[in-house]
Amino acid sequence: MDLNTLWFLLLGVLLAGYAILDGFDLGVGILHLAVRKDHERRIFMNSIGPIWDGNEVWLVTFGGALFAAFPDVYATVFSGFYTAFMLLLFALIFRAVSMEFRSKREAAGWRTFWDVSFCVSSALATFLFGVAVGNAMLGMPIGPNKEFQGGLADLLSPYALLVGLFAVATFAMHGSIYLYLKTEGDLRKRIQGWMWRTFGTFLVLYLFTTIVTLVQVPLATRNFTAHPWVWLVVLLNIMAIANIPRAIVLGRAGYAFASSCATIAALTCLFGVALFPDLVHSSLDPKWSLSIYNAASSEKTLRIMRNIAFLGMPFVIAYSAVVYWVFRGKVHVGKFSY
Amino acid sequence: MDLDVLTLSRIQFALTVMFHYLFPPLTIGLGGLMVSLEWSYLRTRDRLYEEAAKFWTKIFAVNFAMGVATGIVMEFQFGTNWATYSRYVGDVFGSALAAEGIFAFFLESGFLAVLVFGWDKVSPRMHFFASCMVALGAIFSSIWIVVANSWQQTPAGFHIVGEGLNARAEITDFWAMVFNPSSVHRLAHVLIGCYILAAFFVMSVSAYYLLRRRHVDFAKTSFRQALTMGTIMSLAAAIQGDFQAKKVAQTQPAKLAAMEANFHTGDGGTPFYLFGLPDEKQQRVKAGIAVPNLLSWLVHGDTTKPVKGLDQFPRDEWPPVAMTFYSFHLMIWLGILFIVMTLVAMFYRWRGTLFEQRWLLWAFVFAVPLPYLANQLGWVAAEVGRQPWAVYGLLRTSDAISKAVVAHQVLGSIIMFTLIYALLFAAFLYVLNDKIQHGPEPVTPPEKTKPGDLIGVAAARTGTGGSTPTGEKQ
Repeated sequence: MDLNTLWFLLLGVLLAGYAILDGFDLGVGILHLAVRKDHERRIFMNSIGPIWDGNEVWLVTFGGALFAAFPDVYATVFSGFYTAFMLLLFALIFRAVSMEFRSKREAAGWRTFWDVSFCVSSALATFLFGVAVGNAMLGMPIGPNKEFQGGLADLLSPYALLVGLFAVATFAMHGSIYLYLKTEGDLRKRIQGWMWRTFGTFLVLYLFTTIVTLVQVPLATRNFTAHPWVWLVVLLNIMAIANIPRAIVLGRAGYAFASSCATIAALTCLFGVALFPDLVHSSLDPKWSLSIYNAASSEKTLRIMRNIAFLGMPFVIAYSAVVYWVFRGKVHVGKFSY
Repeated sequence: MDLDVLTLSRIQFALTVMFHYLFPPLTIGLGGLMVSLEWSYLRTRDRLYEEAAKFWTKIFAVNFAMGVATGIVMEFQFGTNWATYSRYVGDVFGSALAAEGIFAFFLESGFLAVLVFGWDKVSPRMHFFASCMVALGAIFSSIWIVVANSWQQTPAGFHIVGEGLNARAEITDFWAMVFNPSSVHRLAHVLIGCYILAAFFVMSVSAYYLLRRRHVDFAKTSFRQALTMGTIMSLAAAIQGDFQAKKVAQTQPAKLAAMEANFHTGDGGTPFYLFGLPDEKQQRVKAGIAVPNLLSWLVHGDTTKPVKGLDQFPRDEWPPVAMTFYSFHLMIWLGILFIVMTLVAMFYRWRGTLFEQRWLLWAFVFAVPLPYLANQLGWVAAEVGRQPWAVYGLLRTSDAISKAVVAHQVLGSIIMFTLIYALLFAAFLYVLNDKIQHGPEPVTPPEKTKPGDLIGVAAARTGTGGSTPTGEKQ
């Protein structure tokens, strides 16, 4: 495997890691307003309190790695999606400070403001991620000079909006399973009901999105003939999805959560397969697409970065393991909580 | 001034980076202080240190969250507003950014969780370890970002590939890029600035408690530790700053000329302006008070050798002189003020009457915005002084912008950032004030410890141990 392909793969790993990890805490945010009592809202926020920041670092590192490995993609996509990225930034800023500020004051108005801000920003960020994926699947109007040649309206096609909704449903389901793991008693019983409802919504949107993708997005399956192993991912995806209700019925929440993680990983993988070897497909002319070769940094940089990544990754996994271990078990709101 | 994409993007970058940089210096500086407090606690098991560590951790957490929330904007903005710059530097700058993500951000964010939420979940040793890791992560992250920025000031370890619109810098020597001529000096200066800021922050809050006669033992302990750190760092800033200015004279002479408003090279020694109003059109300094030959002596160690002036550079390669001059000079004056304030406080501490000098404590309460200002001014001098270049001598700022973005988009985002940052800043001050008013919580019931003992222990510790923790931070 050459370095360009390796970095395509590593970006996929970072993206999947981000989608799985921040996916459930965005999901918790999406579901935040569904509970009314202050104590329950604090449980929600504190279930992700110690870890959401680390989860978001996956996005920051994904951005940094994209900048470093494929600067042209970074420049084209970020400047082309200017308004969308600004909205995403506002959402991420509000999300971060909502958690930090919310419980610092007793006043009801103060708390409600940050509750709403937390929920809306989580939903908006998720929706925008979905829209971005949708646009990447469709391809973007990229000209011969590697520059984006469209406007905001080009990014709001029905398909992209559908993928946006699908992302919200996926993370809401993922978040509800996570909350089921972290809560107890009466609250947990109610969350069990939500798991079914969010799973149902997810399933409907999954089927619908899949059908539309197969019919409308020829790019999605272009690599299937050359790489038949992709069918294994499809199979894994279907099995993981089917396993979620099975695990819920069996009462094995951890199993359901693992299945939900596998579902997201498989979807990210299929997204990567649809793009490869391009990162941004030009809808104007395929030869103007930004591929892992014409948009990449020099071989030397890719090699230095590979070494940095391989040196750093074991540490990252070790820290994450320590943190998740320290904060394992059910959430209790205490003196040091949000 | 035209409100085109270039001007608007520059305004937005200045706005967002200056707002962002209100937070990281305190994160870096307080990180060091928390490590020293927890270390003192581990050695002495004196609850006062634990109480202090817990209190400053809370302040740290709020500040850190603001830094994270505003920091992600900086990363995204390279792509959204400075796409051409991103294409040009991605190969060089990217590996530093990737290293920052892998080595610094994961470390910081992971252990921050243990630091903030883990007091009752892990042992004091493990907690101390987490504090060290967070402090280290904050320093790592400053290393990589200063390396990347220094590369823009003094590019090294690269070659240019391609021509015209497709030209970009590619790395040839990673370590030459990392240790480019300005990175070590600038990193040292940035870190010193962070520690001065944190020291003044802690002294401000502690002095406030002392004046209000609240949390007196806690406040004395914190004030003493911070004063030691603040004094050493203020003196270090002056000494290190001199080295750094000599380096700038070598590597970015146009910037030094602008910092000193040195319009004409002349034949003999170059004066150093203490004050003055540089006039770029008439190319002279109005109403200036100058020490003759001082600049030549500072730069060359020779009072007769002229320092290269702006007349040696084409007019279109001049940085904005007035802004560079004012920000640089004001920073120096503030630095001198920090030395005076800390030395005066040290004098009274030596006399044993520090906490009786109410006027001095009031001065420290209100001095806290000044190191913030000094940190900002230092960056203004560095970044405005680099103009008109985004990458010194290679890529003009005017060429670095995004081609796919139009002015109204940037105007819209500036308005949004202004509103959101105003709201956030108000909320931040509100929460910060709330925490400071609330103060530290005693960790043991009062009857178990005699206050006399605590003061005794604290005084004994700062006498001998006070210098050890600061020593670790250098």
